[in-house]
Amino acid sequence: MKKTALSLTVLAALALGSASAQTTIKIASLSPLSGGQSDLGTQIRNGTQLAVNEYKAQFKKLGFDLVLVPYDDQADPATGTAAARKIAADRQILAVVGTLNSGVAIPASAALQPSKVAMVSPANTANGVTDRGLSNMNRIVARDDSQGPAGANFISGNLKAKKVYILNDKTAYGEGLAKEVEKALKAKAVTVSANEGTEEKSDFSSIIAKIKLQKPDAIYFGGIYNQVGVFIKQLRESGVATPVVGGDGLDSGELPVIVGAANANNIYFTTVAAPIDALPAAKVFAASYKKTFNDDAQGFGAFGYDAAKVVLQGVLNAVRGNSNKLPSRAQVESAIRKGSFTGLLSGNVAFNSVGDRKAGTLYVMNVTDGKFKLSTSLPVKAPKP
Amino acid sequence: MDLATLLPFLVNVIVGGLVLGFVYAIIALGYTMVYGVLQLINFAHSEVFVTGAVVGFEVFRLLKGVDMNGYLKLVIALLAAMTISGLLNVLIERLAYRPLRNAPKLVPLITAIGVSLILQDVLRVIEGLQGRFDLTYTLPAGFADKFCAATSSCAPLGNFLRGVGVDLQLKDVILVVVALLSLGILNYLVNRTRLGKAIRAVAQDRVTAGLMGIDSNRMISATFLIGGALGGISGVLFGMKFGTVNAYSGFDPGIIAFTAAVLGGIGSIPGAVLGGLTLGVIQNLIGVTNILGQVVGSENLGAIDASYQRIGAFIVLVLILIFKPTGLLGKSNVEKV
Repeated sequence: MKKTALSLTVLAALALGSASAQTTIKIASLSPLSGGQSDLGTQIRNGTQLAVNEYKAQFKKLGFDLVLVPYDDQADPATGTAAARKIAADRQILAVVGTLNSGVAIPASAALQPSKVAMVSPANTANGVTDRGLSNMNRIVARDDSQGPAGANFISGNLKAKKVYILNDKTAYGEGLAKEVEKALKAKAVTVSANEGTEEKSDFSSIIAKIKLQKPDAIYFGGIYNQVGVFIKQLRESGVATPVVGGDGLDSGELPVIVGAANANNIYFTTVAAPIDALPAAKVFAASYKKTFNDDAQGFGAFGYDAAKVVLQGVLNAVRGNSNKLPSRAQVESAIRKGSFTGLLSGNVAFNSVGDRKAGTLYVMNVTDGKFKLSTSLPVKAPKP
Repeated sequence: MDLATLLPFLVNVIVGGLVLGFVYAIIALGYTMVYGVLQLINFAHSEVFVTGAVVGFEVFRLLKGVDMNGYLKLVIALLAAMTISGLLNVLIERLAYRPLRNAPKLVPLITAIGVSLILQDVLRVIEGLQGRFDLTYTLPAGFADKFCAATSSCAPLGNFLRGVGVDLQLKDVILVVVALLSLGILNYLVNRTRLGKAIRAVAQDRVTAGLMGIDSNRMISATFLIGGALGGISGVLFGMKFGTVNAYSGFDPGIIAFTAAVLGGIGSIPGAVLGGLTLGVIQNLIGVTNILGQVVGSENLGAIDASYQRIGAFIVLVLILIFKPTGLLGKSNVEKV
């Protein structure tokens, strides 16, 4: 009996082997595909898909079948970590594009680290993502400690605000960003009347009452569009026209939809994902995104695409370094950290010792009558060499 | 900060909490009705409520360009949401609870959570197919305006409201009126009609009521229909008040409304209303505690900011359950619903 079972297994293995003569290389994407932040997460998945489509032929020539496996983290650390464990268990997955949320990236990258699966994030900005110095965690966007000061500079320099009310969404992302903004504003002697956390998603009446009482010149909200949008809508409806400033979490076409075009005025946000029309190379990308997914490409789509290109060029480098054979996860990990990548929408990418991009750009966007306009852009450098 | 600026601020916060409380109260009634009759916590009620909000959104969207009185649009939205949410609730009972009626109590509870998750994704797919996720209410003109801002006939009232610092929008007033009307009708239905009498009989003792010739299945369906219709109303009110809903927005208000029902004494209609109003006011007051802390110069109070709003509601609940386990107005085993 035992013998039959064994030979059956061998036969099955042979049959499988001959059915796919090429070795499969899988790339995973990890982002929220369901839930309140799925609009951004789907952009990341789609951008990754476009890059994979583009590189399929190159991998085929080397004898590899390139596949994307999208995972859903629902913007939730526990779900993301569970997905990361599944990714670690699938030996064919060599690297991950993701995540959207810093709060998810931190535990997920820790779960992936023992099995040396490299992650390249198109969106995480919390300092803690790379400050832990994990060998597998990289990001192609600027950090909170550059995004926060940029927002603060804008508030004090461009908006000339003397008194600012800060809100945050109590996540690693929003709280981290709000803290950086508060620090930078205080350094400029701007009064910070509050740095208040709220997980509320629908009723902001008590916060708005406090804002009306304190009459700040500007409001900063470290949070994601689906929460901040509802807040701004209620703020404007109750007659407060004070400028609202935020981080890249506001960078979604859904924001003016939630706020309502008539109320979507006087909103500013710093973003690591450039508006598509501010990236000279992005025209072709935007067109093929529209064609493939029947939806408009947004910043995170472009950055998902860039992060995927970094991953894929890294894998290719590792393949070449391994005399055109399937590289190990460790080889891919070091090829990504040490490589320098070109031909990206957002310019060239090279990582420092902890996985931060050596030189990046931050953009300040302005929302007027529901339309996004580029207000200004600033170069940023990684704090460590 | 002096008393002259603080007092209107506080009045405003409390009035805002009461308006919010009416939304919770109407949702809480849906929980309480079903619990009163079946001793079942219908966790799918939060999705029944979101369904109402989605229906309301669709009605307002379809009627956007139509030249029609704004209040008429609201009535159409309310009726449509009541019908669809009510029927949905009846369907849920038929498919998910009735087959399990004699199972241990934990089983229908788990089914209820399952139904709730399924409905969330069904709603997401239905709206997603049309390319929408966050549904933004397009209210009839004027609904978002300040109450008594322009019309000269309500100038004395408007002056009075402004005098005490109350800052209401027309839609807040509409919300409270609709909530009070629904409450009145429900009260009449349950306490003054044959149907209400039969429902109360089934709530008290299903078997004996059956022996007296009451079709208990029909009465349970009727309860779910009424509870669902209330869910539909609250959905539209929620959408009107907060401006946006999505398939997943039911969870938070659902949990708070459920808490309100327990706080008031689950199974009791006035209890659900009292619980809802209490939680609304408490939530808003906790949200501004840090300002009050600044006034009295207390560092500790100053640290309690809006992030504690929700926890406050649950602390009150725990306290009530410790000191009066039946809830504020709950009586043990006498006259449910």
